[in-house]
Amino acid sequence: MAGFASILPLCLRELTFAAGGRAIIRGVSARFDAGPATIILGANGAGKSVLMRLMHGLLAPSSGEVSWNGQGPARARRGQAMVFQRPVMLRRSALANVLYALELAGIHAPQRERQAMDALEEVGLAAVAQRPARVLSGGEQQRLALARAWALHPEVLFLDEPTANLDPGATREIEAVIRAFDASGTKIIMSTHNLGQARRLGDEVLCIHQGRLVERAPVEAFFAKPASAEAAAFIKGESPWA
Amino acid sequence: MPGTAEAVRGALGLIGAGDPVLAGIVALSLAVSLSAVALAALIGLPLGAAIAVGRFPGRRALIVLLNALMGLPPVVVGLLIYLLLSRAGPLGEMGLLFTPSAMVIAQTVLVLPIIAALCRQAVEDAWVEYEEQLRSLGAEGLRAALTLVWDIRFSLVTAVLAGLGRALAEVGAVMIVGGNIDGVTRVMTTTIALETSKGDLPLALSLGFILIALVVLLNAAAHLIKEAAQRRYG
Ligand SMILES: Nc1ncnc2c1ncn2[C@@H]1O[C@H](COP(=O)(O)OP(=O)(O)O)[C@@H](O)[C@H]1O
Ligand SMILES: [Mg+2]
Repeated sequence: MAGFASILPLCLRELTFAAGGRAIIRGVSARFDAGPATIILGANGAGKSVLMRLMHGLLAPSSGEVSWNGQGPARARRGQAMVFQRPVMLRRSALANVLYALELAGIHAPQRERQAMDALEEVGLAAVAQRPARVLSGGEQQRLALARAWALHPEVLFLDEPTANLDPGATREIEAVIRAFDASGTKIIMSTHNLGQARRLGDEVLCIHQGRLVERAPVEAFFAKPASAEAAAFIKGESPWA
Repeated sequence: MPGTAEAVRGALGLIGAGDPVLAGIVALSLAVSLSAVALAALIGLPLGAAIAVGRFPGRRALIVLLNALMGLPPVVVGLLIYLLLSRAGPLGEMGLLFTPSAMVIAQTVLVLPIIAALCRQAVEDAWVEYEEQLRSLGAEGLRAALTLVWDIRFSLVTAVLAGLGRALAEVGAVMIVGGNIDGVTRVMTTTIALETSKGDLPLALSLGFILIALVVLLNAAAHLIKEAAQRRYG
């Protein structure tokens, strides 16, 4: 990312997405700048995944627009990476999966190996670099997905409920890697429906309810005193002690 | 009509002795079908992959057609290739009718839809799983297709072996375009048909045993390759 013009800020203007005759994202406008780790919070089916796909350019909006530092989405491709809820690995070694991403990103061959091994090291997978990626455990595969993203040195990293399918131990490891990503200056935009995770990793929260952005606030303020009725109801419903 | 036991004994005798006529027929069968499958794979695998990831008008119709062609009756393929290659046909001047080359062409046409259709299905299933990840990484079009094909290579081996099984076992197409000429275009299936009608059961039966063994072997190989790949690569 160094040396190039930033792709941030990311701006959403009246973003709408409809499918099957139903509005899934309804008029979301927001601006994301470098710095704070952003949590997209919302119940299952609220539209978090669709919103992240719209931002990352995997879905085209029905109306409204996504712009990156004033430019269209095409110019910002290289500066972003995304980690999905379920990691998709190719039938090759863990290392080869990272190398593949680097090759697509146009990194020169002599540099790839070093960059890939550094990334595997970063997520604690250097020891299994030569193992076939798909026989790794769920948690390891998700860390590999993070290494694959890390190796690309993205300016913005999207994470769509990256720990939703993992046990607590694997979740802790993933969260540690995300924190390191954040500390290295990468802009984190992560969705979750887990309040604890939002508190642990987030600086600010965007609360999505039925496809609408109902509240945006710094994380402490959001949990201390949510401003919207929807956010308050969601926090209440998700809290085990409520 | 000779007894069955006697025929079986005769058949095993022929196999055991490595009868040269028998060996020649088996060798020609394998040469014809392997060549046909190699050609069909060369065309069918890229074709199937292109249809799987491509978006073009008439795609749905093409898929339906391809699936229908999988069940093409061999005699009809034989007839069509016969018309093409016969003296008066558009390719008659090449003089290929009643040669092993004609048989290779006919079996290629027969097997091509099978390999292409199975490949299309396998690549499309993989595409559903990989699409978002590959697009996120910046792989689109041909690049994405090649990645998919390589990733499911073991499923594609199964598709090709299914084609080989079909080619080895069919009678109608090779019978019509090959003419079943002794020592020139006689393969296992056409010999079985002819010798059975002539009453030479030992030769027919020995070829039947070999054919069954080959088909079982192919299926076992397909199964084992897939299983080993699953264990190795997940
Ligand atoms: N491509 C699509 N076509 C139609 N409906 C979709 C599509 N993707 C998601 N949906 C629907 O949109 C709603 C929001 O989905 P999603 O963004 O996955 O929710 P979340 O990630 O917040 O759990 C759900 O009701 C889902 O069924
Ligand atoms: Mg989701």
